[in-house]
Amino acid sequence: MYKELLLEWKQKNAFVGILIYVISTVFLTYFSFKRIISPETYNALFWIIILFTGVNTVSRSFMQESEERQLYYYQIASPQGIIVSKMLYNSLIMLVLTLIALGVYVTFLGNPIQNYNLFFVAIILGSLGLGIILSMVSAIASKTGNNPTIMAILSFPIILPFLNTLIGLSSNGINGIDSAQNLKFIIVLVSMNAIVAALSYILFPYLWRD
Amino acid sequence: MKGMWWKLLGIVLVLYAIIGGFLMPVPSMPILNETIRNTYFHIPMWFAMMILMTASLVNSIQYLSSGNLKKDTLASETINVALLLGFLGLFTGMIWANYTWGTPWTNDVKLNGTAVAILIYVAYIILRGSLQDEHRRAKVAAVYNIFSFVMMMLFINVIPRLSGTDSLHPGNGGNPAFGEYDMNSTMRMVFYPAVIGWTLIGTWIVSLRMRINKIENKLFYD
Repeated sequence: MYKELLLEWKQKNAFVGILIYVISTVFLTYFSFKRIISPETYNALFWIIILFTGVNTVSRSFMQESEERQLYYYQIASPQGIIVSKMLYNSLIMLVLTLIALGVYVTFLGNPIQNYNLFFVAIILGSLGLGIILSMVSAIASKTGNNPTIMAILSFPIILPFLNTLIGLSSNGINGIDSAQNLKFIIVLVSMNAIVAALSYILFPYLWRD
Repeated sequence: MKGMWWKLLGIVLVLYAIIGGFLMPVPSMPILNETIRNTYFHIPMWFAMMILMTASLVNSIQYLSSGNLKKDTLASETINVALLLGFLGLFTGMIWANYTWGTPWTNDVKLNGTAVAILIYVAYIILRGSLQDEHRRAKVAAVYNIFSFVMMMLFINVIPRLSGTDSLHPGNGGNPAFGEYDMNSTMRMVFYPAVIGWTLIGTWIVSLRMRINKIENKLFYD
């Protein structure tokens, strides 16, 4: 499984490409808005950028691999091992990307965040969730023969409930709201992550054994 | 005639729901007034849709454990019919909302849930369309079906409680309701048969589509 992670890490140039993608998207929003926007728009825009970045990044994780390499993985690892390592790796990548994106975003568009702890909890849970959900969807989409639109079609409706909760939590973080509502959001996000991870763990072997 | 009774029952129940729904007395409530009769059409369609979607989920799980292609066809045809009922439910709801709320679409948790559910299942159909190999299609579609059903259930059941904003729907947040407690016995007499009737009609369409599918496959392979 760790070998898996190392293998993934070798595709660094793809990572740099995504990095440029994030930065230029943020720059684009900066050019469109020019100054601090209302906290709601700020928040929503940030997560939309992250979502598109996520779809672009994670869709590579299964699609870029050739049949031969998949056959090789098939021989050296169990399907559960593969999906778990993919999910971990993608979550990690998402976390790094989100943090970098946040840095660039704050530099250009200003920083209205008031409750940092809460906002970072949202970022960690968010990148974890995006990594997990998108890994599974990417596994499904890769079966259709590298069709990039299918990834977006499949993932957006599925990710919506998650994103909705996430935006709620991080908006509380930005506005510095310290209510009991936050704990509820966090519990729901954690349990969603757990459910999706468990589902992928159960279902992925069926996809893999092809 | 064997095996016909439930189809007849379905027709009778839906006819009864239509006739009874328009003619039988309803309790008069503020705001809703006579539009309460939409309960007999809008909600039973949703119920039937949810029942069919659950049936499709069961078929997908059965496919994954048995590898029987017939289960997969059944799952996909069930989704098609559920989607049809979903659209009917959506349109009846929108017509109703246009008169009661003054607009066919508002930012309501239930409406958003519906939109997501419809998007998910349209995506399911597109996914099936983009795969050629039968066994691979069946497997991928079944996995997506199970995965998305769970996410949809999360969206419909968890998010409305979380957001703290009540739905505009009657029965939520102190709106005049046709919920469990406000529906009187006359209304129940029409409502429950309507649910069963629509489900039976849906099942019938599924069985017809299954037979068409069988014939088409036979022609294709001959």
